[in-house]
This record gives sequence, structure tokens and C-alpha cells, in this order.
Amino acid sequence: MTSLFIFAPFFLLVIINFPLGFLKGRCAFCLAASLLLAQVLLAAFHPWLFWSAYPDCLRQFFGFPLAVDNLALIMLFVIGIVALVSLLTAQDTLAGEKQKFNFINLLLVALIGMNATVLVTDIFSLYVFIEVTAMASFILIALEKGKFAIEGAFKYLMLSAIASVFMLTSVAFLLLTAGDISFAAVHHVLTNVPGSFFLKLAVGLFLCGLLIKSGVVPFHGWLPDAYSAAPSCVSVLLAGTVTKISGVYILLRLFSSVFTLTPALQNVLLFAGAISIVFAALAALTQDDFKRMLAYSSISQVGYIILALGCGTPLAFVGAVFHFFNHAIFKTLLFVNAASLEKRFGTTDINQLEGLGEKCPVTSVTSLVAMLSTAGIPPLSGFWSKLIIVMALFSKGRFIYAGTALIASIITLAYFLSLERRIFFNKGKPAPAAGGTATQISRGLNPAKNFSGIACAEILLAVFTIAGGLGYAFMLNTWFLPLKAIWH
Amino acid sequence: MLINLILLFVLLSAAVWTVMTTRLIRSIVGLAFTSAVLAAVIYRLNSPLAAVFELSVCAGLIPVIFITTVSFTHRISKEELPVARKERLVRFRYLPFIIIAAGLVLSWCFKIPQFNLPAAGPKEDVRNIIWYLRHLDLLGQIVILLAGAFGVVVLFKEDK
Repeated sequence: MTSLFIFAPFFLLVIINFPLGFLKGRCAFCLAASLLLAQVLLAAFHPWLFWSAYPDCLRQFFGFPLAVDNLALIMLFVIGIVALVSLLTAQDTLAGEKQKFNFINLLLVALIGMNATVLVTDIFSLYVFIEVTAMASFILIALEKGKFAIEGAFKYLMLSAIASVFMLTSVAFLLLTAGDISFAAVHHVLTNVPGSFFLKLAVGLFLCGLLIKSGVVPFHGWLPDAYSAAPSCVSVLLAGTVTKISGVYILLRLFSSVFTLTPALQNVLLFAGAISIVFAALAALTQDDFKRMLAYSSISQVGYIILALGCGTPLAFVGAVFHFFNHAIFKTLLFVNAASLEKRFGTTDINQLEGLGEKCPVTSVTSLVAMLSTAGIPPLSGFWSKLIIVMALFSKGRFIYAGTALIASIITLAYFLSLERRIFFNKGKPAPAAGGTATQISRGLNPAKNFSGIACAEILLAVFTIAGGLGYAFMLNTWFLPLKAIWH
Repeated sequence: MLINLILLFVLLSAAVWTVMTTRLIRSIVGLAFTSAVLAAVIYRLNSPLAAVFELSVCAGLIPVIFITTVSFTHRISKEELPVARKERLVRFRYLPFIIIAAGLVLSWCFKIPQFNLPAAGPKEDVRNIIWYLRHLDLLGQIVILLAGAFGVVVLFKEDK
């Protein structure tokens, strides 16, 4: 029944676009939310009956070459939860029913792309569904048609096109040299013909494409613009899953079970990871826009995942996936916090938001949880994944990289504490009166209003962050340590 | 060999014209022409079915979608036009020199390796490949087209 993860959103997309008025508004939202909730529950509890059942009558239509393992289950869970949160945020932040309906359509397209990317078992299908996801994201970024949004979408489109050329060329080389592009066949050829020039070139090109898609330094130029210019609900989706699945997840998948991680590739990944961690953390320090700061922070955290992957041990791989999971949760939470502030005060400029955080206690508390987790403060979830990564680096003798990771955590803490102090703890600036000023209300802003969708999303993600930290042993044993079996 | 060189030259010229022309409709025609020349190249590389796909989809269907999109947009004002044209071309003034210099440096620094790739050739019937072996990719392409249609409606329709 694995194919349902692709077909269910596809059918829902078709159904809600029937020319029937009642399907367009609240009904479309409820159906999409139910679908995403079902995905989260299926991925979290994975009842064997669902995964193994395959009625013969469906085999003819749903018989796609898909596979699900622990890594895929974790990714399906992350996709489901972040998409659900993004949907809830959209209900409070997008203006007009039509815009909300367009968002749901594009969210479903992105969901098809991401679910398929996680489940496919050959490299060309992987490429096709990366493109599906990317296509939906370009449109989502430009959804509100602002000048900066279109510029952000265009930058993403251009760099994505370059990445696509790299990946497609790599697929062509792999097909010509291996004769087959299934993961198993490519892995077999790469282990048996390690010295082939074309295979090395293919792996190198694919790696370049994926580093661009991941937004790793020095290929990060598009990412802060895209994240900060996109509508808030889209930033949530992009930061939480879209760019992570299209880039980082594929790196994890390919370098854990398809490509061979040679010492040269390890050095490239370690260096790219370390540079991203430090450069993006320093860049985040100088930002005056909340969303741009979060975008740079996202690049820095992706650097930890790449660094762990480059370490090349099963423990580091577990740490990389654990940090991927944690990062998806806490970074999504931070972007929801940014959405909450933007909706209330009409800006994400930190200078203008100074001292205004006390009007929104839920945002204030949950943002503190997410920021401390991002900086790796115990006992929150981010601490445990960073600890595993640093332990893996030390055990492999990569002391300089381990030290870099630790120092960058202090920089992360510095810029986030500065942000917290300025927005949420600074009493220097009087907060606006309850209900907002006349100008704010005329612009559709309301500092005192409670946004139920955003508040639900914030509380849900904060609970995940705290529970992930307190129950780390359970999560490691049930979800992450079994991933060691995937590593080559 | 001569035909290949001519095709390559025409292909590059058409592609450059597609990017450089200032009118969207001309650009679409240029794209369709580029795809048609590319289809001829693919045909000469012994892949007639791929050439047919290139011709029908990239030279036929895609320009139709682009023209539909353009029909939703509005004209730039006469005052804005000269400024936009000038700014657009100024950006590209060093590009040809950079490309030529890069080509010269690369060809001087690196010996072109001998490519001994095996010849591509489908072992199975293409119909079988598309409908039974690669049907997941077919679904992906349908979704991409669907996303493109959403994109046209979402980004351009209201601007009319």
C-alpha cells in the first residue's frame, strides 16, 4: 500500500478541483489536514497490516517500484508533520479563500513530489520527483506575487535548473556505464568498478547538484532570499521539508546505501559542512530580519548534517538523521513564530519588533524552546543530536571539525539569545494597545488577536521539541539506532 | 560531420536568440525552433522516438503553455521599454568574452579525455518501457504538467 502515499494526494488534488463550490473552502482544508494527519500516524505507528497488505486488484494500478525502510518512515513523518503545520499556518496568514485554496493545491503537488522522492528506488525517478517538488516550490514562493517573492523564486529556479543539469548528466553517465539506474544496480557497479572515470564524474556531478539544492555554502545564494520573501506558511514548508528532502535527504540516502563514500568525498563533505556551519552562523549574527536570520541558521544546521555524513561512520549517520529530524521540527517552529509576529505586527524586521513579543506569550515561550534546542542546550532534542555528531567526529579523530561544531553552537546561542532579548524580553519600547492601532487594523493586523491555527502549530511543535529531548533514549532506540543497518 | 556542425551552430544560435530577444512571443518561437533542431540532432543520434517526443512536447506542447501564459500578462509601457531593453543588454556585455576565454583556458589546461562510453540502445520495446517499466515517471510528468498549469493560473491569471 506504499503507493497510496503518492496516489492519495494525487486523487485528493483531482477531487478538490472538481467544479463543485463546496469542495473549495473549508472542505478542501479538512480533507488535506486529514490526509496529512493520516500520513503522520501511519509513519509513526507503521501498522504492519497497512505496509504489507496489497490486494491483487490494486497491484495493477499501484504496482510501482517503491520501498520503505526506517529512513523513509522518518522522512514521511517529518513531511506529514511539517506540511500539516504549514497548512494550519496558511489558514491564519494567507488572505482570501482563493489564495488558501491555491496554497492547498500546490501543497498537495509538493507532497506528491516529496513522498515519492522518499519512496522511489531508482535514480531517474528520484530526479523526476525532485523536479515535481521544485516546481511546486517555485510557484509557492511567488504565491503572493510581491517583487521580492518573484525575485526569490527566480533565484531558486535558476540555481535549481543548474542543479538539475548536473543531476541529469550524472543520471545519463550512470545509465550508460551501469546499464541500470536502480539503487541496487548502481551500488553494485560502484563497488565492483571503483576506478571508473565516468562513475566518479557521475557521483561528483550528482553531489554538486545536491549541494546546490541543499543550500550549502558556497551554493547558498538563493536560500535566504527565497525563505524571507516567501509567504510565511511557505517559508515554514521550505525550511522544514522541501529543501531538506530535495537536497539533504537525498545526500543521506545516496551516500548511505548507493554511492561509495571515498576519502576524497568525505573530505569534501566535511569541509562543505564545516564552512556552512561557521559562515552561516556568522552571517546570522548580522541579520536584522527575523526570517533571514532563520534562513542563515538553517544553512548552519544543514552544515551539521553534512558534517556528520562526511564523518562516514554508522554512528555519525544516525546523528545526521536525528539532527535532520530535530532541525525539521525546531526550525519549522521558529518559522511559525516568525509567521505569528508578521501576522500581528506586519513586519519581520527585528528593529521594529523590539519589545513587542510580550503581546504574544505562546510565541514568546515556544520560540525560546526552539532557539535553545537549535543552539544545542540540554535536555532539548537538538542537544542530543549534536552530541551524537560531535561524539562520532571525536571517535573518528576529526578533532578540528568537532571543535568547529562546538564553537558554532556557541555562536548560534549568541545570535538567538540576542534576538530573544530584543523581541521578547526588551521592555524599552511600549507595546501597542490591545486590539492594535487604527493603522494596524486597517492593514489587517491585530497584535492582540489569538490565531488558533498558528497557536496550535506552535504548541504542537514545542511539545515535540521538549518530548524529543526528554524521551531521547526511546526515540534513539526505536527510530534512529536501527538506521545503522542502512549504512552500506 | 558537416551536417552535425551546421546543426550545432543553428542550435546554439537559436538558443542564444531565444534568451536575448526582448519580446516574449519571439522568445517562445525561438524555443520551439531550438527544440525542433534538437529533435533533428537526436534523430541523427539514432533515437527516432526520443526525437518525436522532443518535437511533440518541447516544440509543440510547451510553447502552447507559454503562449497561454503570455496572454495573461500585460504590455510594458512605452516609457519603461527603452530603459528595460538597455538594462537587459548591458548585463550581458561581458558574457561572450568570458565564455570564449573560459573555453580557451579550459582547452589549454586540460586534455579532452577519450570518451569510450557504450552506445545507448533500448533492449526493450519503448512502449513497454514507458507504460510498464517507467510508469511512475509518467505519473511524475503528469504532476509536473499539472503544477505548471497551476503556476500559470496562480501567477498570471489575475494580472490580466
